Amino acid sequence: MNAPRELVIIGAGPAGMAAASTAAGLGVDTLVLDQQPAPGGQIFRGIGQAGPAHLELLGSDYQAGTERVASFVHSSADYQPDTAVWSLGADGELGILQRGEARMISARRVVIAGGAMERPIPFPGWTLPGVMNAGGAQVLMKSSRLVPLDGVVIAGSGPLLILLAWQYMRAGVAVQAVLELAPRKNLWRAGLRLPAALRAGHYLTRGLGYLLALRRAGIRVTYGVSDLKAVGNDRLEAVTFRTGGREQSLETGNLLVHFGLVPGIQLTEAAGCRHQWNDGQQCWRPQTDAWGNSSVDGIAVVGDGAAIGGAVAAVHAGCLAGLEAARALEHIDAAERDRLAVNDRQWLQNDLRIRPFLESLHRLPETLLSGTADDTLVCRCEEITAGEVRAAVRAGHRDPNQVKFITRCGMGPCQGRQCGQAVANIVAAACDRPVSEVVPFRVRPPLRPVSIGELSMLESGNNTA
Amino acid sequence: MNADVVIVGGGLMGSSAALHLAMRGQRVIVMEKDSPGRHASGVNAGGLRQLNRHPAEIPLAAAAARLWRDIQSLVDSDCDVKLSGQVRVAENEADMRLLEERAAQVRALGYEHEIIIDREQLYRLVPRLAPHCVGALYTRDDGFARPFHALTAFRHKAESLGVQYRTGSRVHEVARQGEDWQVVTDRGCVSAPVLVNCSGAWSQALCSMLGEPVTVNTGAPMMMVTERLPHFLDPVVGAASRKLSFKQMQNGTVLIGGAHLANYDMKSETTAIDFIKLSESARSAVELFPHVRDAHIVRTWAGLEAFTPDHLPVISPGSCATGVFHAFGFSAHGFQLSPIVGLILSELIIDGKSELPIGPFSIKRFLDETATGCA
Repeated sequence: MNAPRELVIIGAGPAGMAAASTAAGLGVDTLVLDQQPAPGGQIFRGIGQAGPAHLELLGSDYQAGTERVASFVHSSADYQPDTAVWSLGADGELGILQRGEARMISARRVVIAGGAMERPIPFPGWTLPGVMNAGGAQVLMKSSRLVPLDGVVIAGSGPLLILLAWQYMRAGVAVQAVLELAPRKNLWRAGLRLPAALRAGHYLTRGLGYLLALRRAGIRVTYGVSDLKAVGNDRLEAVTFRTGGREQSLETGNLLVHFGLVPGIQLTEAAGCRHQWNDGQQCWRPQTDAWGNSSVDGIAVVGDGAAIGGAVAAVHAGCLAGLEAARALEHIDAAERDRLAVNDRQWLQNDLRIRPFLESLHRLPETLLSGTADDTLVCRCEEITAGEVRAAVRAGHRDPNQVKFITRCGMGPCQGRQCGQAVANIVAAACDRPVSEVVPFRVRPPLRPVSIGELSMLESGNNTA
Repeated sequence: MNADVVIVGGGLMGSSAALHLAMRGQRVIVMEKDSPGRHASGVNAGGLRQLNRHPAEIPLAAAAARLWRDIQSLVDSDCDVKLSGQVRVAENEADMRLLEERAAQVRALGYEHEIIIDREQLYRLVPRLAPHCVGALYTRDDGFARPFHALTAFRHKAESLGVQYRTGSRVHEVARQGEDWQVVTDRGCVSAPVLVNCSGAWSQALCSMLGEPVTVNTGAPMMMVTERLPHFLDPVVGAASRKLSFKQMQNGTVLIGGAHLANYDMKSETTAIDFIKLSESARSAVELFPHVRDAHIVRTWAGLEAFTPDHLPVISPGSCATGVFHAFGFSAHGFQLSPIVGLILSELIIDGKSELPIGPFSIKRFLDETATGCA
């Protein structure tokens, strides 16, 4: 194997770009691997091709990406797009796939900036054609200008619902309804956290601005919705739900759902990093220190892949991880790192003040997490229902990995990414244990699809093109 | 005394022993440090194979094959057994000569299950095989099953006969207490006059506690499975001069093993796939079945298993103390033997002897190799 690279950064979103620009700027030999064809991550998808009208339509958060991408592109970091990372070892060895060629490379230090995924929540009818994730729909709008032409219902929980409705409204899409599934009682808990959130008040004013614009346009935002169902024979025909004690139905061909973001922990799990349950965000996250260092020496994780903090926080966390990499690789000393880190640490702290408020406001009820109806599919790859998962628990398979062994739930091509959290929640509830105590699906590489032919040609070396 | 027999290890061997003992009225407790089948028993390749076994294992493998054929009557489940044969292909004339010698050797021992098939018979059996092969050694009534399902069936049947499983109970200490063995775990103690060691990759620790002079090595054979493919293969395919086991499961996925070993860490009890080594299995798969080249690998994994110095299992009474019995060190080919190993242990424990020739599997064969005898 060739000499290892000093620093490999996985992901070219806000965190990865910031870490790369910072480390490369301090003389670190930096390689950035990204699955997408262009830098920016999901948040700034397609920004390189976006004209002024598109930028204007998507709003100021998106526009901020132009500058971020430019400074990354001008850094000396070696940027390799269209690259899938399909394995990561605790020793800094990575399996990568580029243009159909698999190889192993090694790094003295790795920064994982792989971002988040939309929290999958199975609900009745969620697998019908016509139902898709709101974040995925937003990416289609950013990257390919694709929007639903007939009406759309947006449902779930989280700030994205309002933002997407606002963007769609400006793009001329008929938004039939926005359904917020967080319980009304969340308002009280969130209220307690409002004073702290006011110190990151620009998020609140922007959110209120979107809401006001939606109201002016006559777009209905309904709170305290429950019992969401997608209804249809071969594809989505209607959405039914309860609000204010009444059952309602809306005819629609498009339901976009979003239940918040959770860190994508496949890479950190594969590398053997320690994870912990984050009750505020209702998900597992890799354990990290103030510099993003994981429990595995030489592997750091920053951005939404470490904990959901949004794009601005990801930039600051990325800069800090870049500085720490430069220190660990002996390009700067600790004092220099600390001096250069002052502003980012402060800005990061300030930016995160909005989070406890948002987390309380959008906290999902247990009915959505573990109360999945017995006949609802949990694993769409292997077609396993919540009832089958519970039956496996009753048969003595009292942890998610045993349930996986016996039912094949999570053994399909998505490798349990979609059903893993739901299974953990359902198993925990069925065993009457807190979900924080169950062991989620163990990750089995390859983390991205690799064919037998590609693996058979596996090469070892760092001489990437 | 809490039971007649306490078994350490709730994997296939321990569960099979528990079942056979319970069928003969013994009260059995199984101590399992994790959950049953967490390691080798749950994640092995599931091959049911008499083909190409060490001569000493042939009588046991043949006896086990009879049990697998009617596994439903033993454990009330078919364990997803599919007896579609196993072939060991010859890719050239030199391979073929080796296989012919092997077939003659097995016939000389009085067994007829391993037969030579010619090129034409081979391609009728395995039509998608790459065209360069010349023949094969074939066992018609071999096949495969799903290990975790088999283990679960053994466990459920054993439990239905009164066997108690204590999961999450890691053994820290074993000690004589009068006539009994006291087994101390992090979740309390149990005692019984008979102690059975079926603790797989953790057998060394128990052997050390018992003063048994044996060195058990750990290994973690790697496996991979593809997405579902249209049906193209019935028998399990191996090759005379490759480390390969290749089979298409009932659901269309292709399971590829080859005894290449993963890295592992016994402290965290985890494995890490060595993809450079695993790529050899992929290369063999593509060379023998070119049409699977574009199939995606969905998962790779490895299970921690015990290997003895001679790669033959230990199935025997203890060498140091009475009331101790061992079944471990199956060296990555124990799945086939599991139903018969439980039966043998139950005979050894209850009758004091087994009908099957288990001399070669005595733990005493290691006595000469180590300077220290029994503690």
